[in-house]
Amino acid sequence: MFKTNQQRSIGLLFAFILLILLMCASIVYGYTNTTWKMAADAFTAFDGSNEHLIITTVRLPRALIAAAVGASLAVAGVLLQTLTKNPLAAPEIFGINAGAGFAVVISVTVFSLSNLQLFTWVSFLGAAVAFVCVYAIGSIGRDGLTPMKLTLAGAAMSAMFASMTQGFLVINETALEQVLFWLAGSVAGRKLETLAAVIPYMFVGWLIALAISNKLNILSMGEDVAKGLGLKTGVTKALSGVVIVLLSGGAVAVAGPIAFIGIVIPHITRAIVGIDHRWVIPYSALLGGMLLLLADIASRYIIMPQEVPVGVMTAVIGTPFFIYIARKGFNK
Amino acid sequence: MKNYHIYRLFNDKVSILINKKALFTILILLGIAAVTFVFSTGTGEIRISPLQVLSVFFGGGTDTDRLVIQTFRLPRIIVSLMVGIGLAAAGAILQGIIRNPLASPDILGITGGASVAVVGFLAFFSDESNALTVSIHWMPVAAFAGATIVAFLVYFLAWKNGVSPIRLVLIGIGIYSLMKALTTLMMLLGPIYQASQANIWITGTVYGSNWGHVAILVPWILIFCIAAIILSRNMNILELGDDIAIGAGSRVQRYRFLLLMVSTALIGGSVAFAGGIGFVGLMAPHMARRIVGSSYGALLPASALIGGILVMAADLIGRTLFAPLEIPAGVFTASIGAPYFIYLLFKTRNA
Repeated sequence: MFKTNQQRSIGLLFAFILLILLMCASIVYGYTNTTWKMAADAFTAFDGSNEHLIITTVRLPRALIAAAVGASLAVAGVLLQTLTKNPLAAPEIFGINAGAGFAVVISVTVFSLSNLQLFTWVSFLGAAVAFVCVYAIGSIGRDGLTPMKLTLAGAAMSAMFASMTQGFLVINETALEQVLFWLAGSVAGRKLETLAAVIPYMFVGWLIALAISNKLNILSMGEDVAKGLGLKTGVTKALSGVVIVLLSGGAVAVAGPIAFIGIVIPHITRAIVGIDHRWVIPYSALLGGMLLLLADIASRYIIMPQEVPVGVMTAVIGTPFFIYIARKGFNK
Repeated sequence: MKNYHIYRLFNDKVSILINKKALFTILILLGIAAVTFVFSTGTGEIRISPLQVLSVFFGGGTDTDRLVIQTFRLPRIIVSLMVGIGLAAAGAILQGIIRNPLASPDILGITGGASVAVVGFLAFFSDESNALTVSIHWMPVAAFAGATIVAFLVYFLAWKNGVSPIRLVLIGIGIYSLMKALTTLMMLLGPIYQASQANIWITGTVYGSNWGHVAILVPWILIFCIAAIILSRNMNILELGDDIAIGAGSRVQRYRFLLLMVSTALIGGSVAFAGGIGFVGLMAPHMARRIVGSSYGALLPASALIGGILVMAADLIGRTLFAPLEIPAGVFTASIGAPYFIYLLFKTRNA
């Protein structure tokens, strides 16, 4: 859509403003009626009223978390798709979400952990284990990493983690109550501290992603060409892996497994700015944040006064998209 | 051909080719299934010796033994046998039509569809006191409907000048994650008591089976197993790939559809009564392939029997190992099945 770098820069600025606007909208709209003025007052002239409290303690963390999680998942999706040359790759297809979810459930049911910092690390660990397993299983064999093998390996690992998670929850019913809402994927009811525990890691992830974006451009030309051009493909791949684990593990630790952001956004972004990763990564981050914010705002209105977990919303939005890509087909 | 016997019946209208070695293996499996059946019937809080169990089967035995066996244990064990048979046979069929050894009812989202239906059923038809407002007997119907709807959905979404195996798998995976999301949504909408009920059901258990279930399940599974065996010769051709199958004169799309329907019926029936007992539909056909080779005439009955043995054994372990706590059979099948799956992925790396 955008042809020149000037257009892309303006677009980026525009997307950033839109993201901020959506965050404000997320703070203002919801079950408790608040106005834009109230929201502004809550930060400038806080008076301790119910509305002001909701805005500062409930809505603000929620908006920030949605933006950060959406951005992280989208960037992780971009890197996964480039790394595996698979248009269907995404954290949830890879079983990374399920792996991190399983790790967290185990830490709650078996070790009764509740420390936020530890939660994050457990989630990273689960994400890393799942990523390494699926990547390894998907790339064994003569013809290397094929989309079919990867997708199957990912689906298998997800199924495995899911049934083990289920098993632990059957044995421990109180834990089920605790983690059920988390398992569905949601950005509601989280405190700012939860985000504070992971935001440094996400930040590192985003920065590394931006730093290696030109190398990703070379990598996407294919292993042989990249090597011929003097790129240390091993290093780039390893760094991408670290970023993917940091971003998706961090996102799961805060919000639970939220599906399909990582698959939808990279495709939309590439349609807008082309395939240059130096643009795709920042755009994906912004668009990912926007999509999750939108889905989250919508999730408040569908079965009001109850809320649909936003993970369900993204699955409902994302599945048709996934099917569209799967039907369009790709080179094996 | 010296390993085969050919039988021609009704003036050559029907002919059956029987592999002596496979027949022998299947008879041995039948024997193992029977032993597991009797042993499982005798084991539990009250132990009953195999001989006494047999005498109860033939109408003898003491009153207590008869009560324990006929009222409590037999229905449950028969259901687990049937569920195992259904899932394993369905798995074998799916692996044949998708031509991928890793395809299974779980991954295609068919079990997921049944789960959504059941959890939705529990959530919408229960009142404040956690009692169901309609008869629990409708639950299997809901599960079957869910499985069928998803199977159709996956099939038609994968249709593009015919159904290719890879599209079927990919779209199945997509639908599977949608189903998982919907299941969680249903669980959140319903009361927490129903959520934990639903969670147990999703994991897969044959707890609480009664003769009423047996009466519905047994004919259902048997009819579709016979249908599958009749169709099995077409599966052998489908396994060669679309090009060769069409060249050999097989109506590929038509048989693929028929076979998919048969396997959905088997899955729907099984899932309705026992929930999502995972990985049986994946493991059993592979074990069977190892033992009797990949001709479906022998593979289907062998994998069905292995599936039956697996589920009976999982249920036996689940209700005795941590007694009086009951662990759903699905937890055990998953914990054997998952490592096996990884082994399979490793083994088929060059396929």
